[in-house]
Amino acid sequence: MSTTDAPQAVLRLESVRKTFGTSVVLRDVDLEVAPHTVTALIGSSGSGKSTLLRCANLLEEIDDGAVFLDGEEITDPRVDPDTVRRRIGVVFQAYNLFPHMTVLENITLAPRRVHGVPRDEAEDRARELLERLGLGDRAGAYPDRLSGGQQQRVAIARALAVRPRLLLLDEITAALDPELVGEVLGLVRELKEEGMTMVLATHEMGFARDVADQVCFLDGGVVLERGTPAEVFGAPRQERTRRFLSRLVEAGRL
Amino acid sequence: MTAEHPATAAVALPETQAPSDAYVPSARRLERERIRRARTRRATTVATVSTVVTGTVLVLAVLASPGWPRTRETFFSAHYAREALPKVLDGLLLNLRLLVICGAAVLALGLLLAIARTLRGPVFFPLRALATAYTDFFRGLPLVICLLLVVFGVPALRLQGVTTDPVLLGGTALVLTYSAYVSEVFRAGIESVHPSQWAAARSLGLTHRQALRHVVLPQAVRRVVPPLLNDLVSLQKDTGLVSIAGAVDAVYAAQILAGKSFNYTPYVVAGIVFVALTIPLTRFADWTTARMDRRRTQGGIA
Ligand SMILES: Nc1ncnc2c1ncn2[C@@H]1O[C@H](COP(=O)(O)OP(=O)(O)OP(=O)(O)O)[C@@H](O)[C@H]1O
Ligand SMILES: [Mg+2]
Repeated sequence: MSTTDAPQAVLRLESVRKTFGTSVVLRDVDLEVAPHTVTALIGSSGSGKSTLLRCANLLEEIDDGAVFLDGEEITDPRVDPDTVRRRIGVVFQAYNLFPHMTVLENITLAPRRVHGVPRDEAEDRARELLERLGLGDRAGAYPDRLSGGQQQRVAIARALAVRPRLLLLDEITAALDPELVGEVLGLVRELKEEGMTMVLATHEMGFARDVADQVCFLDGGVVLERGTPAEVFGAPRQERTRRFLSRLVEAGRL
Repeated sequence: MTAEHPATAAVALPETQAPSDAYVPSARRLERERIRRARTRRATTVATVSTVVTGTVLVLAVLASPGWPRTRETFFSAHYAREALPKVLDGLLLNLRLLVICGAAVLALGLLLAIARTLRGPVFFPLRALATAYTDFFRGLPLVICLLLVVFGVPALRLQGVTTDPVLLGGTALVLTYSAYVSEVFRAGIESVHPSQWAAARSLGLTHRQALRHVVLPQAVRRVVPPLLNDLVSLQKDTGLVSIAGAVDAVYAAQILAGKSFNYTPYVVAGIVFVALTIPLTRFADWTTARMDRRRTQGGIA
Protein backbone atom coordinates (compact mmCIF):
# COMPACT_ATOMS: atom_id res chain seq x y z
CA MET A 1 0.00 0.00 0.00
CA SER A 2 1.13 3.53 -0.70
CA THR A 3 1.97 5.77 2.20
CA THR A 4 -0.53 8.57 1.94
CA ASP A 5 -1.63 10.58 4.95
CA ALA A 6 -4.89 8.71 5.39
CA PRO A 7 -4.20 5.09 4.53
CA GLN A 8 -6.92 3.41 2.53
CA ALA A 9 -9.34 1.36 4.58
CA VAL A 10 -8.90 -2.39 4.36
CA LEU A 11 -12.60 -2.98 4.72
CA ARG A 12 -15.33 -0.47 4.08
CA LEU A 13 -19.08 -0.98 4.22
CA GLU A 14 -21.30 1.59 2.62
CA SER A 15 -25.04 1.71 3.39
CA VAL A 16 -25.22 -2.05 3.60
CA ARG A 17 -28.70 -3.51 3.82
CA LYS A 18 -29.44 -7.15 4.48
CA THR A 19 -32.83 -8.76 5.00
CA PHE A 20 -33.95 -12.31 5.63
CA GLY A 21 -37.45 -12.65 4.28
CA THR A 22 -39.38 -9.96 6.10
CA SER A 23 -36.86 -9.19 8.82
CA VAL A 24 -34.41 -6.38 8.18
CA VAL A 25 -31.22 -7.38 9.96
CA LEU A 26 -28.89 -4.68 8.63
CA ARG A 27 -30.73 -1.53 7.61
CA ASP A 28 -28.04 0.94 6.71
CA VAL A 29 -24.61 -0.02 7.96
CA ASP A 30 -21.50 2.07 7.39
CA LEU A 31 -18.17 0.87 8.66
CA GLU A 32 -14.55 1.63 7.99
CA VAL A 33 -11.64 -0.50 9.14
CA ALA A 34 -8.18 1.03 8.85
CA PRO A 35 -5.12 -1.17 8.23
CA HIS A 36 -3.48 -2.80 11.24
CA THR A 37 -6.38 -2.02 13.54
CA VAL A 38 -8.88 -4.05 15.49
CA THR A 39 -12.55 -3.23 15.24
CA ALA A 40 -14.92 -4.71 17.82
CA LEU A 41 -18.59 -5.14 16.99
CA ILE A 42 -20.80 -5.14 20.05
CA GLY A 43 -24.54 -5.29 20.42
CA SER A 44 -27.22 -7.52 21.82
CA SER A 45 -27.77 -11.04 20.65
CA GLY A 46 -29.50 -11.02 17.27
CA SER A 47 -28.38 -7.50 16.43
CA GLY A 48 -26.65 -8.77 13.29
CA LYS A 49 -22.97 -8.99 14.21
CA SER A 50 -22.50 -12.43 12.68
CA THR A 51 -24.57 -11.40 9.67
CA LEU A 52 -22.35 -8.37 9.12
CA LEU A 53 -19.22 -10.54 9.17
CA ARG A 54 -20.80 -13.02 6.77
CA CYS A 55 -21.72 -10.19 4.40
CA ALA A 56 -18.15 -8.88 4.51
CA ASN A 57 -16.95 -12.32 3.46
CA LEU A 58 -19.64 -12.62 0.75
CA LEU A 59 -21.14 -15.66 2.43
CA GLU A 60 -24.39 -13.71 2.39
CA GLU A 61 -25.50 -11.65 -0.57
CA ILE A 62 -26.36 -8.14 0.54
CA ASP A 63 -29.56 -6.47 -0.62
CA ASP A 64 -28.15 -3.02 -1.10
CA GLY A 65 -25.07 -0.94 -0.45
CA ALA A 66 -21.52 -2.01 -1.12
CA VAL A 67 -18.53 -3.66 0.54
CA PHE A 68 -15.00 -2.63 -0.39
CA LEU A 69 -11.84 -4.61 0.28
CA ASP A 70 -8.68 -2.55 -0.15
CA GLY A 71 -10.70 -0.06 -2.15
CA GLU A 72 -12.10 -2.62 -4.57
CA GLU A 73 -15.83 -3.17 -4.57
CA ILE A 74 -16.26 -6.87 -3.83
CA THR A 75 -20.06 -6.87 -3.94
CA ASP A 76 -19.96 -6.15 -7.66
CA PRO A 77 -21.60 -9.18 -9.27
CA ARG A 78 -18.71 -9.38 -11.74
CA VAL A 79 -16.17 -10.00 -8.97
CA ASP A 80 -15.29 -13.64 -8.34
CA PRO A 81 -16.17 -14.28 -4.69
CA ASP A 82 -13.57 -17.05 -4.39
CA THR A 83 -10.66 -14.75 -5.06
CA VAL A 84 -12.06 -12.29 -2.53
CA ARG A 85 -12.45 -14.95 0.16
CA ARG A 86 -8.86 -16.03 -0.34
CA ARG A 87 -7.82 -12.70 1.11
CA ILE A 88 -10.08 -12.93 4.14
CA GLY A 89 -9.75 -15.33 7.05
CA VAL A 90 -12.80 -16.21 9.11
CA VAL A 91 -13.28 -17.86 12.46
CA PHE A 92 -16.92 -18.82 12.88
CA GLN A 93 -18.95 -18.63 16.04
CA ALA A 94 -19.54 -22.39 15.83
CA TYR A 95 -15.94 -23.16 14.67
CA ASN A 96 -17.17 -25.27 11.73
CA LEU A 97 -14.11 -27.52 11.79
CA PHE A 98 -14.28 -30.42 9.36
CA PRO A 99 -15.04 -33.44 11.54
CA HIS A 100 -13.56 -35.94 9.08
CA MET A 101 -10.10 -34.35 9.05
CA THR A 102 -7.37 -34.18 11.64
CA VAL A 103 -6.34 -30.85 13.10
CA LEU A 104 -3.37 -30.71 10.77
CA GLU A 105 -5.49 -31.53 7.73
CA ASN A 106 -8.03 -28.90 8.74
CA ILE A 107 -5.32 -26.28 8.84
CA THR A 108 -3.44 -27.29 5.71
CA LEU A 109 -6.49 -27.83 3.50
CA ALA A 110 -6.78 -24.28 2.16
CA PRO A 111 -3.04 -23.57 1.84
CA ARG A 112 -2.54 -26.77 -0.13
CA ARG A 113 -5.68 -26.93 -2.24
CA VAL A 114 -6.42 -23.25 -2.75
CA HIS A 115 -3.04 -21.58 -2.58
CA GLY A 116 -0.94 -24.42 -3.94
CA VAL A 117 1.51 -24.49 -1.03
CA PRO A 118 3.58 -27.71 -1.03
CA ARG A 119 2.58 -30.16 1.66
CA ASP A 120 5.77 -29.93 3.74
CA GLU A 121 5.69 -26.18 3.79
CA ALA A 122 2.00 -26.07 4.68
CA GLU A 123 2.49 -28.57 7.48
CA ASP A 124 5.48 -26.69 8.88
CA ARG A 125 3.49 -23.52 8.99
CA ALA A 126 0.53 -25.35 10.57
CA ARG A 127 2.72 -26.88 13.28
CA GLU A 128 4.26 -23.50 13.98
CA LEU A 129 0.79 -21.99 14.42
CA LEU A 130 -0.35 -24.86 16.61
CA GLU A 131 2.77 -24.52 18.74
CA ARG A 132 2.06 -20.88 19.20
CA LEU A 133 -1.54 -21.57 20.19
CA GLY A 134 -0.43 -24.19 22.69
CA LEU A 135 -1.72 -27.12 20.68
CA GLY A 136 1.58 -28.52 19.46
CA ASP A 137 0.70 -32.05 20.55
CA ARG A 138 -2.76 -32.15 18.96
CA ALA A 139 -1.84 -32.02 15.29
CA GLY A 140 -3.03 -35.58 14.65
CA ALA A 141 -6.24 -35.42 16.66
CA TYR A 142 -9.73 -35.19 15.20
CA PRO A 143 -11.81 -32.13 16.17
CA ASP A 144 -14.32 -34.26 18.12
CA ARG A 145 -11.56 -35.22 20.51
CA LEU A 146 -10.75 -31.63 21.40
CA SER A 147 -12.32 -29.40 24.01
CA GLY A 148 -14.35 -26.40 22.90
CA GLY A 149 -11.50 -24.01 23.60
CA GLN A 150 -9.05 -26.18 21.72
CA GLN A 151 -11.38 -26.37 18.73
CA GLN A 152 -11.65 -22.61 18.90
CA ARG A 153 -7.90 -22.22 18.66
CA VAL A 154 -7.66 -24.73 15.81
CA ALA A 155 -10.23 -22.64 13.95
CA ILE A 156 -8.06 -19.58 14.50
CA ALA A 157 -5.01 -21.44 13.24
CA ARG A 158 -6.95 -22.57 10.20
CA ALA A 159 -7.90 -18.98 9.37
CA LEU A 160 -4.35 -17.73 9.87
CA ALA A 161 -2.72 -20.45 7.80
CA VAL A 162 -3.40 -18.64 4.54
CA ARG A 163 -1.93 -15.35 5.78
CA PRO A 164 -5.10 -13.37 5.12
CA ARG A 165 -5.24 -9.64 4.55
CA LEU A 166 -8.20 -9.34 6.89
CA LEU A 167 -9.35 -11.56 9.71
CA LEU A 168 -13.00 -11.80 10.75
CA LEU A 169 -13.51 -13.29 14.19
CA ASP A 170 -16.98 -14.19 15.39
CA GLU A 171 -17.29 -14.56 19.14
CA ILE A 172 -13.96 -16.29 19.45
CA THR A 173 -13.83 -16.15 23.22
CA ALA A 174 -17.29 -17.61 23.79
CA ALA A 175 -16.04 -21.09 24.64
CA LEU A 176 -12.97 -20.12 26.61
CA ASP A 177 -12.16 -19.90 30.29
CA PRO A 178 -10.84 -16.57 31.57
CA GLU A 179 -7.25 -17.74 31.35
CA LEU A 180 -7.63 -18.75 27.72
CA VAL A 181 -9.48 -15.52 26.99
CA GLY A 182 -6.34 -13.76 28.16
CA GLU A 183 -4.27 -15.95 25.89
CA VAL A 184 -6.41 -15.30 22.84
CA LEU A 185 -6.38 -11.62 23.69
CA GLY A 186 -2.60 -11.73 23.68
CA LEU A 187 -2.69 -13.52 20.36
CA VAL A 188 -4.97 -10.92 18.80
CA ARG A 189 -2.67 -8.19 20.05
CA GLU A 190 0.38 -9.97 18.67
CA LEU A 191 -1.34 -10.37 15.31
CA LYS A 192 -2.14 -6.71 15.29
CA GLU A 193 1.48 -5.82 15.97
CA GLU A 194 2.45 -8.01 13.05
CA GLY A 195 0.17 -5.86 10.91
CA MET A 196 -3.00 -7.91 10.75
CA THR A 197 -6.33 -6.15 10.37
CA MET A 198 -9.19 -7.66 12.31
CA VAL A 199 -12.90 -7.29 12.86
CA LEU A 200 -14.35 -9.17 15.77
CA ALA A 201 -17.84 -9.65 17.09
CA THR A 202 -17.91 -10.12 20.82
CA HIS A 203 -20.02 -10.11 23.95
CA GLU A 204 -16.86 -9.85 26.05
CA MET A 205 -16.69 -6.13 26.76
CA GLY A 206 -13.42 -6.42 28.64
CA PHE A 207 -11.93 -8.05 25.60
CA ALA A 208 -13.26 -5.33 23.32
CA ARG A 209 -11.98 -2.61 25.61
CA ASP A 210 -8.51 -4.10 25.89
CA VAL A 211 -7.81 -4.97 22.32
CA ALA A 212 -9.93 -2.79 20.03
CA ASP A 213 -8.96 0.48 18.37
CA GLN A 214 -12.52 1.06 17.35
CA VAL A 215 -15.75 -0.13 18.96
CA CYS A 216 -19.00 -0.19 16.99
CA PHE A 217 -22.33 -0.62 18.72
CA LEU A 218 -24.79 -2.33 16.40
CA ASP A 219 -28.44 -1.72 17.08
CA GLY A 220 -31.64 -1.60 15.08
CA GLY A 221 -29.81 -2.46 11.87
CA VAL A 222 -27.36 0.46 12.02
CA VAL A 223 -24.06 1.26 13.68
CA LEU A 224 -25.58 3.41 16.37
CA GLU A 225 -22.35 4.47 18.00
CA ARG A 226 -18.71 4.22 17.12
CA GLY A 227 -15.50 5.42 18.67
CA THR A 228 -12.50 4.38 20.69
CA PRO A 229 -13.23 2.02 23.59
CA ALA A 230 -12.79 4.95 25.95
CA GLU A 231 -15.41 6.97 24.10
CA VAL A 232 -17.99 4.22 23.71
CA PHE A 233 -17.59 2.64 27.13
CA GLY A 234 -16.68 5.81 29.01
CA ALA A 235 -18.96 8.42 27.51
CA PRO A 236 -21.63 6.93 25.26
CA ARG A 237 -23.55 9.59 23.38
CA GLN A 238 -26.64 7.56 22.58
CA GLU A 239 -29.32 6.74 25.11
CA ARG A 240 -29.61 3.18 23.75
CA THR A 241 -25.89 2.54 24.11
CA ARG A 242 -26.05 3.70 27.70
CA ARG A 243 -28.90 1.32 28.40
CA PHE A 244 -27.10 -1.60 26.78
CA LEU A 245 -23.96 -0.88 28.79
CA SER A 246 -25.78 -0.34 32.07
CA ARG A 247 -27.50 -3.69 31.68
CA LEU A 248 -24.09 -5.27 31.22
CA VAL A 249 -22.86 -3.54 34.34
CA GLU A 250 -25.84 -4.88 36.26
CA ALA A 251 -25.06 -8.36 35.00
CA GLY A 252 -21.50 -7.86 36.19
CA ARG A 253 -20.05 -8.23 32.75
CA LEU A 254 -18.40 -4.88 32.44
CA MET B 1 -35.20 -10.03 16.14
CA THR B 2 -38.35 -10.25 18.16
CA ALA B 3 -39.03 -11.24 21.72
CA GLU B 4 -36.90 -14.41 21.82
CA HIS B 5 -34.07 -12.48 23.39
CA PRO B 6 -35.21 -10.29 26.22
CA ALA B 7 -32.18 -8.09 25.73
CA THR B 8 -33.04 -7.45 22.10
CA ALA B 9 -36.69 -6.79 22.72
CA ALA B 10 -35.90 -3.93 25.03
CA VAL B 11 -33.36 -2.32 22.74
CA ALA B 12 -34.61 -2.89 19.19
CA LEU B 13 -36.42 -0.15 17.34
CA PRO B 14 -40.01 -1.09 16.59
CA GLU B 15 -39.83 0.36 13.09
CA THR B 16 -36.97 -1.95 12.10
CA GLN B 17 -38.93 -5.13 12.67
CA ALA B 18 -40.55 -5.26 9.25
CA PRO B 19 -39.21 -4.24 5.86
CA SER B 20 -41.98 -1.68 5.75
CA ASP B 21 -39.39 0.93 6.70
CA ALA B 22 -39.16 3.69 4.16
CA TYR B 23 -36.67 1.85 2.00
CA VAL B 24 -36.02 2.79 -1.60
CA PRO B 25 -33.55 0.67 -3.59
CA SER B 26 -30.45 2.68 -4.43
CA ALA B 27 -29.12 3.23 -7.93
CA ARG B 28 -26.32 0.86 -7.01
CA ARG B 29 -28.75 -1.96 -6.34
CA LEU B 30 -30.66 -1.36 -9.55
CA GLU B 31 -27.43 -1.38 -11.55
CA ARG B 32 -26.35 -4.60 -9.86
CA GLU B 33 -29.65 -6.26 -10.66
CA ARG B 34 -29.36 -5.10 -14.25
CA ILE B 35 -25.92 -6.76 -14.54
CA ARG B 36 -27.26 -9.98 -13.04
CA ARG B 37 -30.21 -10.04 -15.39
CA ALA B 38 -27.98 -9.42 -18.39
CA ARG B 39 -25.71 -12.24 -17.30
CA THR B 40 -28.63 -14.65 -16.89
CA ARG B 41 -29.90 -13.72 -20.35
CA ARG B 42 -26.48 -14.33 -21.86
CA ALA B 43 -26.13 -17.70 -20.15
CA THR B 44 -29.61 -18.76 -21.26
CA THR B 45 -28.89 -17.78 -24.85
CA VAL B 46 -25.61 -19.71 -24.92
CA ALA B 47 -27.29 -22.79 -23.42
CA THR B 48 -30.20 -22.67 -25.87
CA VAL B 49 -28.01 -22.24 -28.93
CA SER B 50 -25.62 -25.02 -27.95
CA THR B 51 -28.52 -27.38 -27.18
CA VAL B 52 -30.18 -26.75 -30.51
CA VAL B 53 -26.91 -27.17 -32.41
CA THR B 54 -26.00 -30.42 -30.63
CA GLY B 55 -29.50 -31.81 -31.12
CA THR B 56 -29.57 -30.99 -34.81
CA VAL B 57 -26.16 -32.55 -35.40
CA LEU B 58 -27.19 -35.75 -33.62
CA VAL B 59 -30.46 -36.10 -35.51
CA LEU B 60 -28.78 -35.45 -38.84
CA ALA B 61 -26.03 -37.98 -38.09
CA VAL B 62 -28.58 -40.69 -37.30
CA LEU B 63 -30.84 -39.93 -40.26
CA ALA B 64 -27.89 -39.85 -42.66
CA SER B 65 -26.48 -43.22 -41.56
CA PRO B 66 -26.72 -45.94 -44.25
CA GLY B 67 -28.67 -48.40 -42.07
CA TRP B 68 -31.28 -45.90 -40.93
CA PRO B 69 -34.23 -46.97 -43.17
CA ARG B 70 -33.92 -50.60 -42.05
CA THR B 71 -33.36 -49.68 -38.44
CA ARG B 72 -36.41 -47.48 -38.47
CA GLU B 73 -38.50 -50.35 -39.80
CA THR B 74 -37.28 -52.88 -37.22
CA PHE B 75 -37.11 -50.69 -34.10
CA PHE B 76 -39.36 -47.71 -34.70
CA SER B 77 -42.28 -49.06 -36.67
CA ALA B 78 -45.42 -47.04 -35.96
CA HIS B 79 -47.63 -50.00 -36.83
CA TYR B 80 -46.04 -52.38 -34.36
CA ALA B 81 -45.79 -49.66 -31.74
CA ARG B 82 -49.54 -49.07 -31.87
CA GLU B 83 -50.13 -52.78 -31.57
CA ALA B 84 -47.67 -53.24 -28.69
CA LEU B 85 -48.57 -50.26 -26.52
CA PRO B 86 -51.83 -51.58 -24.96
CA LYS B 87 -50.31 -54.98 -24.19
CA VAL B 88 -47.17 -53.43 -22.72
CA LEU B 89 -49.25 -51.07 -20.60
CA ASP B 90 -51.32 -54.02 -19.40
CA GLY B 91 -48.15 -55.76 -18.34
CA LEU B 92 -46.88 -52.58 -16.75
CA LEU B 93 -49.76 -52.68 -14.31
CA LEU B 94 -48.20 -55.77 -12.80
CA ASN B 95 -44.80 -54.02 -12.58
CA LEU B 96 -46.42 -51.07 -10.86
CA ARG B 97 -48.28 -53.23 -8.35
CA LEU B 98 -45.11 -55.11 -7.56
CA LEU B 99 -43.19 -51.83 -7.25
CA VAL B 100 -45.64 -50.25 -4.82
CA ILE B 101 -46.15 -53.28 -2.60
CA CYS B 102 -42.56 -54.54 -2.65
CA GLY B 103 -41.24 -50.96 -2.33
CA ALA B 104 -43.21 -50.39 0.86
CA ALA B 105 -42.19 -53.77 2.26
CA VAL B 106 -38.55 -53.17 1.34
CA LEU B 107 -38.43 -49.76 3.03
CA ALA B 108 -40.07 -51.05 6.20
CA LEU B 109 -37.98 -54.21 6.46
CA GLY B 110 -34.79 -52.37 5.51
CA LEU B 111 -35.33 -49.75 8.19
CA LEU B 112 -36.03 -52.39 10.84
CA LEU B 113 -32.88 -54.29 9.90
CA ALA B 114 -30.82 -51.11 10.03
CA ILE B 115 -32.19 -50.18 13.44
CA ALA B 116 -31.56 -53.71 14.72
CA ARG B 117 -27.95 -53.30 13.72
CA THR B 118 -27.54 -50.03 15.61
CA LEU B 119 -28.77 -51.44 18.94
CA ARG B 120 -26.01 -51.54 21.53
CA GLY B 121 -25.54 -53.79 24.52
CA PRO B 122 -25.23 -57.54 25.03
CA VAL B 123 -29.01 -58.07 25.35
CA PHE B 124 -29.43 -57.27 21.72
CA PHE B 125 -26.58 -59.40 20.48
CA PRO B 126 -28.77 -62.13 18.91
CA LEU B 127 -30.93 -59.58 17.11
CA ARG B 128 -27.87 -57.69 15.88
CA ALA B 129 -26.18 -60.87 14.71
CA LEU B 130 -29.30 -62.07 12.94
CA ALA B 131 -29.74 -58.78 11.11
CA THR B 132 -26.08 -58.78 10.11
CA ALA B 133 -26.24 -62.36 8.84
CA TYR B 134 -29.40 -61.59 6.88
CA THR B 135 -27.95 -58.57 5.11
CA ASP B 136 -24.66 -60.30 4.43
CA PHE B 137 -26.42 -63.28 2.88
CA PHE B 138 -29.07 -61.59 0.75
CA ARG B 139 -26.82 -58.78 -0.40
CA GLY B 140 -24.36 -61.30 -1.73
CA LEU B 141 -26.88 -63.70 -3.29
CA PRO B 142 -27.53 -62.82 -6.96
CA LEU B 143 -31.14 -61.74 -7.42
CA VAL B 144 -31.78 -64.25 -10.19
CA ILE B 145 -30.67 -67.14 -8.02
CA CYS B 146 -32.75 -65.88 -5.11
CA LEU B 147 -35.76 -65.67 -7.45
CA LEU B 148 -35.25 -69.15 -8.87
CA LEU B 149 -34.83 -70.67 -5.42
CA VAL B 150 -37.93 -69.01 -4.02
CA VAL B 151 -40.15 -69.39 -7.09
CA PHE B 152 -39.34 -73.04 -7.81
CA GLY B 153 -37.95 -74.19 -4.47
CA VAL B 154 -40.79 -73.14 -2.18
CA PRO B 155 -43.60 -74.84 -4.16
CA ALA B 156 -41.45 -77.97 -4.40
CA LEU B 157 -41.62 -78.27 -0.63
CA ARG B 158 -45.40 -78.78 -0.94
CA LEU B 159 -45.99 -76.94 2.33
CA GLN B 160 -49.57 -76.67 3.51
CA GLY B 161 -51.01 -73.16 3.24
CA VAL B 162 -48.01 -71.68 1.45
CA THR B 163 -48.81 -69.98 -1.80
CA THR B 164 -47.62 -71.17 -5.18
CA ASP B 165 -48.60 -67.94 -6.92
CA PRO B 166 -45.57 -66.92 -9.01
CA VAL B 167 -46.20 -63.23 -8.55
CA LEU B 168 -46.33 -63.48 -4.75
CA LEU B 169 -43.25 -65.68 -4.63
CA GLY B 170 -41.38 -63.44 -7.06
CA GLY B 171 -42.32 -60.42 -4.99
CA THR B 172 -41.05 -62.14 -1.86
CA ALA B 173 -37.70 -62.80 -3.50
CA LEU B 174 -37.45 -59.14 -4.54
CA VAL B 175 -38.19 -58.01 -0.98
CA LEU B 176 -35.60 -60.41 0.47
CA THR B 177 -32.81 -59.06 -1.73
CA TYR B 178 -33.74 -55.41 -1.81
CA SER B 179 -34.38 -55.06 1.91
CA ALA B 180 -30.80 -56.16 2.44
CA TYR B 181 -29.54 -53.41 0.12
CA VAL B 182 -31.81 -50.79 1.57
CA SER B 183 -30.94 -51.64 5.16
CA GLU B 184 -27.31 -50.87 4.36
CA VAL B 185 -28.32 -47.51 2.91
CA PHE B 186 -30.30 -46.69 6.06
CA ARG B 187 -27.47 -47.85 8.29
CA ALA B 188 -24.99 -45.63 6.46
CA GLY B 189 -27.39 -42.72 6.93
CA ILE B 190 -27.79 -43.36 10.64
CA GLU B 191 -24.06 -43.62 11.14
CA SER B 192 -23.41 -40.44 9.19
CA VAL B 193 -25.30 -38.39 11.75
CA HIS B 194 -22.75 -36.69 13.92
CA PRO B 195 -22.35 -38.25 17.40
CA SER B 196 -22.86 -34.83 18.96
CA GLN B 197 -26.47 -35.12 17.83
CA TRP B 198 -26.91 -38.28 19.87
CA ALA B 199 -25.19 -36.62 22.80
CA ALA B 200 -27.36 -33.54 22.57
CA ALA B 201 -30.55 -35.60 22.33
CA ARG B 202 -29.65 -37.94 25.18
CA SER B 203 -28.57 -35.06 27.36
CA LEU B 204 -32.07 -33.64 26.98
CA GLY B 205 -33.39 -36.82 28.55
CA LEU B 206 -34.60 -38.52 25.38
CA THR B 207 -34.35 -42.30 25.43
CA HIS B 208 -32.33 -44.15 22.79
CA ARG B 209 -35.58 -44.82 20.98
CA GLN B 210 -36.76 -41.22 21.13
CA ALA B 211 -33.38 -39.90 20.07
CA LEU B 212 -33.43 -42.27 17.12
CA ARG B 213 -37.00 -41.42 16.21
CA HIS B 214 -36.92 -37.64 16.61
CA VAL B 215 -33.33 -36.58 16.10
CA VAL B 216 -31.23 -39.14 14.29
CA LEU B 217 -33.60 -40.83 11.84
CA PRO B 218 -35.02 -37.61 10.38
CA GLN B 219 -31.52 -36.42 9.57
CA ALA B 220 -30.40 -39.84 8.35
CA VAL B 221 -33.41 -40.38 6.10
CA ARG B 222 -33.04 -36.98 4.51
CA ARG B 223 -29.46 -37.75 3.63
CA VAL B 224 -30.22 -41.13 2.07
CA VAL B 225 -33.20 -40.12 -0.07
CA PRO B 226 -31.14 -40.04 -3.29
CA PRO B 227 -29.55 -43.49 -2.86
CA LEU B 228 -32.90 -44.92 -1.71
CA LEU B 229 -34.53 -43.61 -4.82
CA ASN B 230 -31.79 -45.21 -6.84
CA ASP B 231 -32.64 -48.55 -5.26
CA LEU B 232 -36.35 -48.03 -5.89
CA VAL B 233 -35.76 -47.33 -9.58
CA SER B 234 -33.57 -50.38 -9.74
CA LEU B 235 -36.34 -52.38 -8.04
CA GLN B 236 -38.83 -51.08 -10.54
CA LYS B 237 -36.75 -52.48 -13.38
CA ASP B 238 -36.08 -55.75 -11.60
CA THR B 239 -39.80 -56.35 -11.15
CA GLY B 240 -39.50 -57.54 -14.76
CA LEU B 241 -37.60 -60.58 -13.52
CA VAL B 242 -40.77 -62.17 -12.11
CA SER B 243 -41.48 -63.14 -15.70
CA ILE B 244 -39.03 -65.96 -15.00
CA ALA B 245 -41.86 -67.56 -13.06
CA GLY B 246 -44.27 -67.05 -15.95
CA ALA B 247 -46.03 -63.83 -14.89
CA VAL B 248 -46.71 -61.48 -17.80
CA ASP B 249 -45.26 -58.05 -17.08
CA ALA B 250 -44.39 -55.26 -19.51
CA VAL B 251 -41.08 -56.76 -20.62
CA TYR B 252 -42.52 -60.24 -21.07
CA ALA B 253 -45.46 -58.82 -23.01
CA ALA B 254 -43.03 -57.08 -25.35
CA GLN B 255 -40.99 -60.26 -25.69
CA ILE B 256 -44.07 -62.26 -26.71
CA LEU B 257 -44.96 -59.72 -29.39
CA ALA B 258 -41.41 -59.43 -30.68
CA GLY B 259 -41.17 -63.20 -30.91
CA LYS B 260 -44.30 -63.35 -33.03
CA SER B 261 -43.45 -60.62 -35.51
CA PHE B 262 -39.63 -60.56 -35.54
CA ASN B 263 -39.89 -56.81 -35.06
CA TYR B 264 -38.14 -55.16 -32.11
CA THR B 265 -40.42 -52.16 -31.77
CA PRO B 266 -42.26 -53.61 -28.72
CA TYR B 267 -38.95 -53.59 -26.78
CA VAL B 268 -38.44 -49.94 -27.62
CA VAL B 269 -41.98 -49.19 -26.48
CA ALA B 270 -41.45 -51.04 -23.19
CA GLY B 271 -38.14 -49.22 -22.69
CA ILE B 272 -39.69 -45.81 -23.24
CA VAL B 273 -42.53 -46.62 -20.86
CA PHE B 274 -40.07 -47.56 -18.11
CA VAL B 275 -38.03 -44.41 -18.61
CA ALA B 276 -41.19 -42.31 -18.59
CA LEU B 277 -42.08 -43.88 -15.26
CA THR B 278 -38.72 -43.12 -13.62
CA ILE B 279 -38.46 -39.45 -14.54
CA PRO B 280 -41.42 -38.22 -12.45
CA LEU B 281 -40.18 -40.33 -9.54
CA THR B 282 -36.77 -38.67 -9.68
CA ARG B 283 -38.20 -35.17 -10.01
CA PHE B 284 -40.50 -35.84 -7.07
CA ALA B 285 -37.58 -36.88 -4.90
CA ASP B 286 -35.56 -33.82 -5.94
CA TRP B 287 -38.51 -31.62 -5.12
CA THR B 288 -39.03 -33.10 -1.65
CA THR B 289 -35.35 -32.83 -0.77
CA ALA B 290 -35.21 -29.23 -1.95
CA ARG B 291 -38.30 -28.41 0.07
CA MET B 292 -36.85 -29.98 3.21
CA ASP B 293 -33.61 -28.02 2.74
CA ARG B 294 -35.44 -24.77 2.23
CA ARG B 295 -37.45 -25.25 5.36
CA ARG B 296 -34.30 -25.88 7.33
CA THR B 297 -32.26 -22.91 6.12
CA GLN B 298 -35.16 -20.56 6.57
CA GLY B 299 -35.01 -21.29 10.28
CA GLY B 300 -31.79 -19.28 10.67
CA ILE B 301 -28.19 -20.21 11.26
CA ALA B 302 -25.65 -20.18 14.05
N1 LIG C 1 -30.05 -17.54 7.36
C1 LIG C 1 -30.91 -16.80 8.08
N2 LIG C 1 -32.22 -16.82 7.81
C2 LIG C 1 -33.09 -16.07 8.51
N3 LIG C 1 -32.75 -15.25 9.51
C3 LIG C 1 -31.46 -15.17 9.85
C4 LIG C 1 -30.47 -15.93 9.16
N4 LIG C 1 -29.27 -15.66 9.71
C5 LIG C 1 -29.51 -14.76 10.70
N5 LIG C 1 -30.81 -14.46 10.78
C6 LIG C 1 -31.44 -13.51 11.72
O1 LIG C 1 -30.69 -12.33 11.70
C7 LIG C 1 -30.61 -11.76 12.98
C8 LIG C 1 -29.17 -11.45 13.32
O2 LIG C 1 -28.47 -12.66 13.48
P1 LIG C 1 -26.93 -12.69 13.82
O3 LIG C 1 -26.51 -14.12 13.87
O4 LIG C 1 -26.20 -11.82 12.87
O5 LIG C 1 -26.90 -12.05 15.27
P2 LIG C 1 -25.66 -11.81 16.23
O6 LIG C 1 -25.59 -10.35 16.48
O7 LIG C 1 -24.45 -12.47 15.69
O8 LIG C 1 -26.15 -12.53 17.54
P3 LIG C 1 -25.27 -13.35 18.63
O9 LIG C 1 -24.66 -12.32 19.49
O10 LIG C 1 -26.31 -14.13 19.36
O11 LIG C 1 -24.30 -14.19 17.90
C9 LIG C 1 -31.29 -12.73 13.93
O12 LIG C 1 -32.56 -12.23 14.23
C10 LIG C 1 -31.40 -14.01 13.14
O13 LIG C 1 -32.57 -14.70 13.46
MG1 LIG D 1 -23.36 -14.11 16.24
